[in-house]
Amino acid sequence: MTPVGLLIVSHSARLAEGVVEVAAQMAAGVPLVAAGGTDDGGVGTSFEKVMEGIVAADTGEGVVVLTDLGSAVMTAESVLEFLDDEQRAKVRIADAALVEGAVAAAVASKAGAGLEGVARAAEEAVHGAEAEEAPELTEPTESAVLTLTNPLGLHARPAAILAGRLSAFDTAVTVNGVDGQSVMALMALGAGQGEQLVVEASGPDAAQALAFVREQVEAGFGEH
Amino acid sequence: MPELDAVWAERWLRESARVIAEHREELIDLDRAIGDGDHGENMDRGFRAIVAKLDEETPDSVAAALKLAAMMLMSKVGGAAGPLYGTAYLRASTAVSGADALDGSAVAAMLTAGRDGIVARGKAESGDKTMVDAWTPAAEAAQDAGDGVAALSAAADAAEAGAQATKPLVARKGRASYLGERSAGHLDPGAVSSAYILRAAVTAATSGDMA
Repeated sequence: MTPVGLLIVSHSARLAEGVVEVAAQMAAGVPLVAAGGTDDGGVGTSFEKVMEGIVAADTGEGVVVLTDLGSAVMTAESVLEFLDDEQRAKVRIADAALVEGAVAAAVASKAGAGLEGVARAAEEAVHGAEAEEAPELTEPTESAVLTLTNPLGLHARPAAILAGRLSAFDTAVTVNGVDGQSVMALMALGAGQGEQLVVEASGPDAAQALAFVREQVEAGFGEH
Repeated sequence: MPELDAVWAERWLRESARVIAEHREELIDLDRAIGDGDHGENMDRGFRAIVAKLDEETPDSVAAALKLAAMMLMSKVGGAAGPLYGTAYLRASTAVSGADALDGSAVAAMLTAGRDGIVARGKAESGDKTMVDAWTPAAEAAQDAGDGVAALSAAADAAEAGAQATKPLVARKGRASYLGERSAGHLDPGAVSSAYILRAAVTAATSGDMA
């Protein structure tokens, strides 16, 4: 299955390209397309750039569109109004924070989430960073205490690896009390080298999920 | 009685471009007070693109002319007015597809569809200090106004009154809403440009050859 593509629509060409640059760090291989600025390079949004961007970002599984301010949303919606029904069914405009949403969506796409899953990952990116959004694990079936050994700890790239892969498991998992399937929540922990991670999981894939986290943490996320 | 046909529709667009260019600075000043100051410039760029397109091809129906305008405005305006006006013209085009010339009820249907497009795209209501405050009274005035030209004329009058009535309002949508109470005391630039465009429709129907 090819990954869902992302289109970043911003009033600024440089802002759109920058968001693509950050998201690409987390999710190599995911189609990421920037549609920023007007046709003549000014500040604004371009109907044509968005239209072409949707085509460019779609490798078959559809496209999630992330936008910055109001008229970028309206431009994206106008493009959808011009698409035929079949094309339109493969595009979602996410109501999401641009940077957080793009990173979370790229990670979810990389992990194999479908169109709806990627859009949801984008929309929940900011809320996911709040502790109260973590899944309720009244009786975790698997748990472990792991120590981070890699120099930078649980920074963005390892967080993306964990959240991305854990999203594909049928499990509810928390790391130090936050949602282990949310890249933003894991990054927000700010866990450094030598710190302990309490990992708890339940659900059909709980054992596999825990084994994956253990393997990654013990391997230092390949950063030794 | 002038026919509201494809020739009229092209004249309407050209007259709109002329009026927008004439009031470019005024629209910039209005937008500078409560927005980001680019409404006049953006609208002028969009309508100049429409005129350039009309110099290349002649629409064979009212619907084709409106669709041409929708495409150019969406592509060239750059700011919020692009998708808002673009959607209005696109929905208006659909509403009059197949008609060779518009009667009063077709004018009302065209303006109502345009208004509905703006509402759908911008999520604004009457009283939010937006284009809707010109378009809603215009669409309502066009109902039961008589023949096509009478409907356009009633719509233009209502749009002008609606635009003037935005002055005391506090903006609840768009950039102006960031200003809160400080947005009161200024006309909404989108409502003003809408009124100019609807007046241009009357001028295109009632004046002699403007070419």
